[in-house]
Amino acid sequence: MDTLKPRDAQDVEQAVRAAVAAEQPLEIVGLGSKRAIGQPMATNALLDLSALNAVVNYEPNELIITVQSGAPLDDVLSLIDSRNQQLAFEPIDTSALLGTAAQRGSIGGMIASGLAGPRRIKAGAARDHLLGAEAVSGFGELFKTGGKVVKNVTGYDLCKLLAGSWGTLAVMTEVTLKVMPKPEAERTLLLRGLDDVAAGRAMTAALGSPYDVSGAAHLPGSALRGAGGALGAIGKPEQSMTLLRLEGTATSAAHRAGSLARLLADYGGAELLEDTSSAAAWAAIRDVTPFAADGPRALWPIWRIVCPPAAGGAFGQTLARDSQGEVIYDWGGGLIWAALPPVADANAGVLRKRVEAVGGHAMLIRAPEETRRAVDVFHPQPAGVAALNARVKQSFDPKHILNRGRMVRGTAS
Amino acid sequence: MTIQMPEPDASVLARRDEIIAALREIVPGEGVISSAAEMVPYESDGLMAYRQPPMVVVLPSTTKQVSQVLKYCHDNGIRVVPRGAGTSLSGGALPLADGVLLGLGKFKRIREIDFDNRAVVVEPGVTNLAITQAVEHAGFYYAPDPSSQIACTIGGNIAENSGGVHCLKYGMTTNNVLGCEIVLITGEIIKIGGKCTENAGYDLMGVITGSEGLLGVITEVTVRILRKPETARALMVGFAEIEAAGRCVAEIIGAGIIPGGMEMMDKPAIHAAEAFVHAGYPLDVEALLIIELDGPGVEVDELIARVETIAQRCGSTTCQISTSEQQRLLFWAGRKAAFPAVGRISPDYLCMDGTIPRGKLPEALARIRQLSEKYQLGVANVFHAGDGNLHPLILYDANKPGETDRAEAFGADILRVCVELGGVLTGEHGVGIEKRDLMPEMFSEIDLVQQQRLKCAFDADGLLNPGKVFPTLHRCAELGRLHVRGGKLPFADIPRF
Repeated sequence: MDTLKPRDAQDVEQAVRAAVAAEQPLEIVGLGSKRAIGQPMATNALLDLSALNAVVNYEPNELIITVQSGAPLDDVLSLIDSRNQQLAFEPIDTSALLGTAAQRGSIGGMIASGLAGPRRIKAGAARDHLLGAEAVSGFGELFKTGGKVVKNVTGYDLCKLLAGSWGTLAVMTEVTLKVMPKPEAERTLLLRGLDDVAAGRAMTAALGSPYDVSGAAHLPGSALRGAGGALGAIGKPEQSMTLLRLEGTATSAAHRAGSLARLLADYGGAELLEDTSSAAAWAAIRDVTPFAADGPRALWPIWRIVCPPAAGGAFGQTLARDSQGEVIYDWGGGLIWAALPPVADANAGVLRKRVEAVGGHAMLIRAPEETRRAVDVFHPQPAGVAALNARVKQSFDPKHILNRGRMVRGTAS
Repeated sequence: MTIQMPEPDASVLARRDEIIAALREIVPGEGVISSAAEMVPYESDGLMAYRQPPMVVVLPSTTKQVSQVLKYCHDNGIRVVPRGAGTSLSGGALPLADGVLLGLGKFKRIREIDFDNRAVVVEPGVTNLAITQAVEHAGFYYAPDPSSQIACTIGGNIAENSGGVHCLKYGMTTNNVLGCEIVLITGEIIKIGGKCTENAGYDLMGVITGSEGLLGVITEVTVRILRKPETARALMVGFAEIEAAGRCVAEIIGAGIIPGGMEMMDKPAIHAAEAFVHAGYPLDVEALLIIELDGPGVEVDELIARVETIAQRCGSTTCQISTSEQQRLLFWAGRKAAFPAVGRISPDYLCMDGTIPRGKLPEALARIRQLSEKYQLGVANVFHAGDGNLHPLILYDANKPGETDRAEAFGADILRVCVELGGVLTGEHGVGIEKRDLMPEMFSEIDLVQQQRLKCAFDADGLLNPGKVFPTLHRCAELGRLHVRGGKLPFADIPRF
């Protein structure tokens, strides 16, 4: 397969124009960390953006950073960390889950996938932090949208569409992101032994409290079986763990941890994790390490289920029991990662029917290529919304040049 | 009127009686208003310099009626202007002479409050403040708080992606909305999202928010509610120089503190506000900052002390810290009443809304002062200093010949300065008609064409709110055409591997 490595935005424009002229679909790649996610694509050339890796402008006092889309996320994170800042939505590192090389991928991939971590419940996702972008559409035209300031409503907010579009609308070349101060301290309350439904209730109570909870996750004991790393270090055999994170100044985090522990006294005594061990546990939850590709469920398909948070506990418990699978909960129950024993359709039929009944949706995040070819990786939409999505795609990329077929099954030909 | 609206369609106007009769079939009784006298209240919105009676006003009360009205208009090539409470400051709800004005004021019901999922389902005509009022008994609130929150509706908030003084910390409308029901111009009813933290597929909710009524008509909204912070306290800090105040804002952010609100006023604004509400503002300072910290009591106390130290280091000349809720509200009273206060010292004023990088604040103010001299018009400045969102209020008298035009030219120049300094045309009021013709200052023709292509995905005939946001209207067929330019040799010079 042909690989093109543009040096600048004009190269990208030229490459897309040529691809349009030749009707030759392109696979858009930053550092390739998430290539195994999505429907298998029908592309016959690779557009490799890794040379577009410059930090264009970083202004800590303005809370913004402008970077080229191929810049490694690892580098950007260490740069802003040196000024005590962070991307507040905690972008997920998929390398453990997908079994890819240990790097977090590119900034462009982070936005195109839009996979946010535990702080999603408080700080939002990539969509909420993407202030502006320059991108080449499937018309082969370099356009910009948004701005380089934190507050802006000028024109349609096309940034929202680019985030989570998996490279199917436009090739981002440069983005401006909002960066936020890192909290000085973090404390995590750890409750042990709750079943999924009780844990769901505890998380709902915590998130409805004034204590500003920035992470609410539940890990059933069976899901932790064989878990090493940060979660293995704090886990006890066959006992579930429910974790609630508080961040802020050291005094404030400690004070709120105390208040929250009292509020949740009925759920049992809480242990306290402080800064380093707390951070390590949340990184493991963010990256779904219990379902790592080198772990005991390496061959199980992994689903990412989003549902109304308060419905999560009961939904996940039933799903795990009926499928003999394992689940872990984040976002106070609003995000469920499910590892289900392999069956022909990866349980798509049953799972989707159930998740729709509670008003949620499910995406198949890890499965062998033949499985991803056979089932809808992204949740199928009702006819009207699907048609609108297709018209939106058409308005950016009428010839389906960019990542052809990645989001909608049956559009790869 | 300096802004040109699309030419009225004579064939539509000729069918007015027939159209009104058809609309009455869909929305019976008082829901269709067609007499000139009764349509007067709908002639303008918050941008009151512009007035235009619509062809007819329709006030449906069900989604089905909205759908039927839109389908009828679509099938008959009739333009539609949606309207919430009509508080837009950019003319987003300005009617068209040949258009149906579709008012959503009858959609006033709160449909569901779900504390466990921290979500509220409301009809679009519910006011912003009414959402908070419906949930505050349980300690919750809806975070975005535009100054017009008593009157403005959530439907309008979504159309404009409204902000408010707290959006630095809690985000704008787009960061606080979970889902909606939207009716397309074809009459098709689409449901997007719900109580989930995020939605499947392309982020349609994200692009509908802030689309200024050009993509569809919202008939239901699901918003996210938050638990009220335990406490809030404010500091009121005076500075002898604007530059020092600007430095103070930068240092607070630089110290990793994100206040719940951080507002700045310049001397003319301070004087106008103090004369109006007697909040105890110092009158001998050039700039006043109101900085609010919210959260758990211990944290607020700690941060107040840090902010006070920073302010002193930046050369503050006065500093008061609220010790009671009453005092905190008093600090805010002047700021919140700044617009009407300025209305008392000038027969008319024009409120601008650009955003600049915070660090450029002193430079922007100096430029605004120069422009004030050039145009011989006064200006009072209030800002959301935390996020660099300026609201210069240009003082003028519409009864004096030429002053309105001069004020508008002054305003346009201020927005050009914002763009030149790396900022944008509008931080929270929207483009509407007010900044429509300035869009090319910020966007190239290609940028605008891509936005209009998206419009075509929702409204291929351009019937929804035409004349707003985009300076030039294009036909969708023309926008969708692929011109293959360049790229004759496949990937000519690009390194390949």
